Amino acid sequence: MNLDSKIPEGPIADKWDNHRFSSKLVNPANKRKYKIIVVGSGLAGGSAAATLGELGYNVDCFCYQDSPRRAHSIAAQGGINAAKNYQNDGDSVHRLFYDTVKGGDFRSREANVYRLAQVSTNIIDQCVAQGVPFAREYGGLLANRSFGGAQVSRTFYARGQTGQQLLLGAYSALSRQISSGQVKMHTREEMLDIVVVDGHAKGIISRNLTTGETNAWTADAVLLCTGGYGNVYYLSTNAIGCNVTATFRAYRRGAGFANPCFTQIHPTCIPVAGDHQSKLTLMSESLRNDGRVWVPKKAEDASKHPNDIPESDRDYYLERKYPSFGNLAPRDISSRSAKEACDEGRGVGPGGRGVYLDFSDSITRLGESAIRERYGNLFQMYERITGENAYQRPMRIYPAIHYTMGGLWVDYNLMTTIPGCFALGEANFSDHGANRLGASALMQGLSDGYFVIPYTIGDYLAKAGAGAISPDSAEVKEVMESVRERVDQLISSKGKRSSRSYHKELGQIMWEYAGMARNEKGLNKAIGQIQDLRDDFNKNLLVPGSGDNLNAELERAGRVRDFLDFGELLCRDALERNESCGGHFREEHQTEDGEALRDDENFAHAAVWEYDSDDKIPSRHQEKLTYDNVKLAVRSYK
Amino acid sequence: MKLFLKVWRQSDRNDEGRFETHTLDEVSEDSSFLEMMDQLNEQLLEEGTEPVVFDHDCREGICGMCSLTINGHPHGTENSTTTCQLHMRKFEDGDTITIEPFRARAFPVVKDLVVDRSAFDSITQAGGFITVRTGSAPDGNALPVPKNDSDRAMDAAACIGCGACVASCKNASAMLFTSAKAGHLNMLPQGQAEKDKRVLAMVSAMDEAGFGNCRNFGECSAACPKDISLDYIAKLNRDHIKAKIKSVFA
Repeated sequence: MNLDSKIPEGPIADKWDNHRFSSKLVNPANKRKYKIIVVGSGLAGGSAAATLGELGYNVDCFCYQDSPRRAHSIAAQGGINAAKNYQNDGDSVHRLFYDTVKGGDFRSREANVYRLAQVSTNIIDQCVAQGVPFAREYGGLLANRSFGGAQVSRTFYARGQTGQQLLLGAYSALSRQISSGQVKMHTREEMLDIVVVDGHAKGIISRNLTTGETNAWTADAVLLCTGGYGNVYYLSTNAIGCNVTATFRAYRRGAGFANPCFTQIHPTCIPVAGDHQSKLTLMSESLRNDGRVWVPKKAEDASKHPNDIPESDRDYYLERKYPSFGNLAPRDISSRSAKEACDEGRGVGPGGRGVYLDFSDSITRLGESAIRERYGNLFQMYERITGENAYQRPMRIYPAIHYTMGGLWVDYNLMTTIPGCFALGEANFSDHGANRLGASALMQGLSDGYFVIPYTIGDYLAKAGAGAISPDSAEVKEVMESVRERVDQLISSKGKRSSRSYHKELGQIMWEYAGMARNEKGLNKAIGQIQDLRDDFNKNLLVPGSGDNLNAELERAGRVRDFLDFGELLCRDALERNESCGGHFREEHQTEDGEALRDDENFAHAAVWEYDSDDKIPSRHQEKLTYDNVKLAVRSYK
Repeated sequence: MKLFLKVWRQSDRNDEGRFETHTLDEVSEDSSFLEMMDQLNEQLLEEGTEPVVFDHDCREGICGMCSLTINGHPHGTENSTTTCQLHMRKFEDGDTITIEPFRARAFPVVKDLVVDRSAFDSITQAGGFITVRTGSAPDGNALPVPKNDSDRAMDAAACIGCGACVASCKNASAMLFTSAKAGHLNMLPQGQAEKDKRVLAMVSAMDEAGFGNCRNFGECSAACPKDISLDYIAKLNRDHIKAKIKSVFA
């Protein structure tokens, strides 16, 4: 597998400039001869489709929802980072670059991260011009706040709905292109495979979710902007429809999949209430500024009403273990500590999987109205879901899968190992290493879509030349036939178990053995259990109805089928990465105090998986990561 | 808890449709309304019946995809709540719950409880944007925006495009939706250049899509899960009259 990262020559600050100059351009009059397929309409896909359409390319954009405005980028709450230094507090492109590389625990590619920091400032300008209503100060200028992992205030936000407002900005730009005819939008149309001809991506096969028709689309390039794979855990903060199918199908057709074991767990989610649970809801991390995290010291107190447990019987474990960061310890560390407390039987709430986040001290100190003003909407959301009043009794929180740093391997041009197939946003692996900092996901999605791909795709297209193949060609028909077979096989599954029940069971295996803490024995066990589950799925799956109309069970069955394969790949990657770093914690590799222990000598690389066949274990390749501008160091939060 | 569900079933746009009654036992009061629907569907699967199709995605009240009319009210009777945020503890053991799609001429039923809301997209495509070429924007702080204007624009921009406003309106008018988007952009200095054109285009796209006229009853705002204010409708009416007059004398 060719893993040439194509990092441009020159000092890091000049690489992007040099690259833009040395890249080939497509003449404005020639752009209309090219067709581009964009799969996904979130921040990455929406912004890419809009921008490429505006440049004059013919774009077909696909989403499985009923409108491009529904993509799950919309649910991001906190904000978007940019090295604007509007606060005059010492921020710079280099500092944002440094923070992101360090926050990623030295497993991201320096050149990509530097470019991300460089274009971050353009994103804010672009969004303001589109009318995104960012928070402002009384003087009318843009407001900022600070976020985890940074010592400067560089986060721009729109109340608690930053993702929504940025997505609506991209959606408005996309709508403008749709009305001009430059972008054709295909809603409720799910990509099920990619067409590769002579080694180049030339199209996709999709299923119209309303009519059940299988359709072929051809183009000069295919952009996968299909988000992350957090739903392999069944319960996550992802939307119900989020899935790995697009990227996984590309992987099966030759695209390398990088670092699938890098998953991010968010410490402040509302815990699971029972068996009925279908998703988890995130609550802003800002709550940890005024809430104190604790569990009872004794396991037998766990079932008591929290207000009946005296101060002396409470264990404020984050304050005890990390005195200098206390309740504001980073995401991975807070999450793991919560799991430890619950594993010791000291967890609270249903199933003993929860810890308290207590605001009583802050309420005594600042008054209830001050807390209401800061977090009123979050307390309301908590009450809506749990029926409990957090002003009167502590909240219960527990970590949940939130984001996935792994994804399709891409070079500096965002191209996968299949020429002509690009991956943008959460779907690729490039910028966050082993751990993503808060407010950086939105930045990356828009950076890739608005400011990177419009340049890098031109270089590929100019060299490849225009010439989409016919949807009737033999190569396309062959892939189409294999998709039809797959769908037919699912629809003729008339066993006993619903795809949901398989998904749930897969999620339990993943969470137990490949969740917050992993070890060799557990991962091996998980691989065996997933294989058994997959065999059972192939025999006993029940899909009702037919394939010629809206059939949500059929849609889910296809997605779960791919998750069953992908879950195994994730475990394999976690098994081979014999070190702890960022969100990947291997119990065998920790310091005496239980902190993550990186192994830079052997694992300062991206692990890239190459598919061979269903009977063979995929092969693992490496892209060596070098750090010339940020010195490798140990993260410490004591 | 035990529930009796009257659920709308319709195989496609042309089917007449009918209610089906199901009894559901052991519903947890901690489950959300959509998790109760999941439970119903698992039960239907076991019974060998085809499950009920409904739209949903984020399940945290922001994507705007969920769309049920519950006991006659879009998203149910709770204020400021989408269907996915509604929890079963708001119902009583033994309740009969009627579940229908969002009903409006411009939102044809696709199947069961799923409707086609693409008419909203066409309104946005007509003018719900500010024309700004990627890369040509001035510095974000080049144009100060009074905090108050920005906050009011944000109030309008909070619309999730779910269509509850249309479903609750006797005339199935889309004025609240249209006015929220137009209001968001028209209140900002960045949106002034295209203001008149935007208003005329969006209103005519709204009319063409088959939505009814606004009679100012205010049912839309009461049903809106994001509490979009009727003031935006008043503003859209004003902006529309101004744009119309200008176009006559232009």
